[in-house]
Amino acid sequence: MSSVSIRKIRKSFAGLTVLDSVDMEIAPGEFIVILGPSGCGKSTLLNVIAGLDDCDSGQIVIDAVDVSGLEPSQRGLAMVFQSYALFPAMTVRRNLSFGMEVAGTPKATIVQKVDWVAKLLQIEALLDRKPSQLSGGQRQRVAIGRALVRSSSICLFDEPLSNLDAKLRAETRVELKQLHETLKSTMIYVTHDQIEAMTMADRVAVMHKGRVEQFAHPQSIYEKPASLFVAGFVGSPAMNLLEGSLDGTGCFLVGLRSISSSAYPFENPSAGEAVLGIRCEDIGIVEPGSPDSIPAQLAFTELLGADALGWFDCLGKRMSVRLGVDAARSMAKEVGLRFDMAKASFFSAATERRL
Amino acid sequence: MTRSPPFERPVFGPRAARFGLYAFLFVSAAFFLLPLLLVISNSLKPMEEIRQGNLLAFPVKPTFDAWVTAWKSACTGLDCGGVRPGLWNSVKITVPAVVISTLAGALNGYALAQWKSRHANLIMLLVMVGLFIPYQAMLYPTVKILSSFGLFRTYCGIILVHVVYGLPYTTLLFRNFYVGVPEEISRAARMEGASFFRTFRSVILPLSTNILVVVAILQFTGIWNDYLLGLIFAGNDNLPMTVQLTNIVNNARGSASPNVNMAAAVITAIPTLIVYFLSGRYFVRGIAAGAVKG
Repeated sequence: MSSVSIRKIRKSFAGLTVLDSVDMEIAPGEFIVILGPSGCGKSTLLNVIAGLDDCDSGQIVIDAVDVSGLEPSQRGLAMVFQSYALFPAMTVRRNLSFGMEVAGTPKATIVQKVDWVAKLLQIEALLDRKPSQLSGGQRQRVAIGRALVRSSSICLFDEPLSNLDAKLRAETRVELKQLHETLKSTMIYVTHDQIEAMTMADRVAVMHKGRVEQFAHPQSIYEKPASLFVAGFVGSPAMNLLEGSLDGTGCFLVGLRSISSSAYPFENPSAGEAVLGIRCEDIGIVEPGSPDSIPAQLAFTELLGADALGWFDCLGKRMSVRLGVDAARSMAKEVGLRFDMAKASFFSAATERRL
Repeated sequence: MTRSPPFERPVFGPRAARFGLYAFLFVSAAFFLLPLLLVISNSLKPMEEIRQGNLLAFPVKPTFDAWVTAWKSACTGLDCGGVRPGLWNSVKITVPAVVISTLAGALNGYALAQWKSRHANLIMLLVMVGLFIPYQAMLYPTVKILSSFGLFRTYCGIILVHVVYGLPYTTLLFRNFYVGVPEEISRAARMEGASFFRTFRSVILPLSTNILVVVAILQFTGIWNDYLLGLIFAGNDNLPMTVQLTNIVNNARGSASPNVNMAAAVITAIPTLIVYFLSGRYFVRGIAAGAVKG
């Protein structure tokens, strides 16, 4: 278990800013997911933490030691690569033991460690095979094994599940989470898959254009997105967004219609142009014309098995509402929508930050 | 009413194609093999048959006398010891030169392909320039440089010349192979604490068997068959087989004996033939791997 501090990391390639002053404090034993769309700088950040890429300025501090100038191997980290990057000419056993051989670990210890990790990941039967004789899922396990075998206090994962099929991905996700519970090492995990982020992380860092937009518990990222980007990126379907303005007296005006914002817990109360964000499950269906409701027309419904989505035209926008399957089947054409303002989000139109 | 027989493709179609294919291969093989066949058949003739002047005839009384002469008693200039001393000279020049130029080329190619320094492409361009300039153009400067280091016409000198002249070629071949090897493998080795050389030795070289064999064969053939560099840089004590072969052929003393010349030529070519036969499998595989991986 080690703590990691990322302090004001900046990096640019040929005039393009890849990392723009990234700060992050990671506590010992935390499972951190760095989430973002491709090109947001998340993999670069991971490589900078690992020491594989240099940064222009800033510090990486592990357990109160500044490691910025150190080689990857001196930082006490292990890493799982997206393409697994197993050594093709070596057997699985040698893939696992190579790092310890380089470090000059005694033979007996190596054997013991390899056996331990092989048992942990159930790859004992594969030890004498070459990587080319393994399936994708097996290679994945070996790659994870190689990262775990030296009991590094910090493990880095660079989109490790993105090359697996959906079923295997779900299984491995659960296993990784269990491994973290068992080993208690600090894990930093990069992904663009929000389900992985939501299910595995103690805290999620959402990155966008080289900046950390929000660094918080996954549930609060979902419920209280800190910026318009997070609101749109996290959650499926995306959060419903309505542009309007706050009049400063507890009303949000969209065109000619006014929605009471008095139930909303403002953190930074302000007036002016704003965006209202509301999740599909925080909208209720009422009789058209009920008080505090907004008239809407049903466009179509999607049955998702366990529940359903209704898509409504409302205030000139297409909005999604989560429905029960039965309700969706018998949905009337003309309805009223009632927003649960206590669970809604307001963003400043100018700064795109949460109000 | 009789039904008309269903339309049938002519049965000889694929068979004719196959026949054509083999005919073409046979003719191509014959085209390249006929000169060799002539050389061998004439090397087996005694002088009387040679004097009849019928080059294409097969030997009536085959004999290995010419081979024995070529091997140990034909005159190469002043001494008459055949090509035998040249064989050992060629071996002791070729083997170290092939090993060093191949391994150094692998190291260069790996560094240029995988450890992206800012000037890697510029360096590669300069290496390519080295490939395009005919080495005859560089002979005189090379002679001057080697003599100023006291290496001109020495054993170390000839090996150095072969290694340096071979490096652009081997570097290019390895670089193109290593560009196709995922960069993450090197990065993973770095995470495991392996140094540049340790990564190269333990991770990269073991996956390069095919390309190593291809490059080693190309270098072996090139250096074994080299005449000019051997003549100029090897010095009298280290003259390779090829130089002695020309000395036999051009020997002004006594009458010309074409059967001995041809026998000497075949003996000189045997080692490269052996190398090709022994490594043909890897050679084809390496060429194919290179083609796929770029």
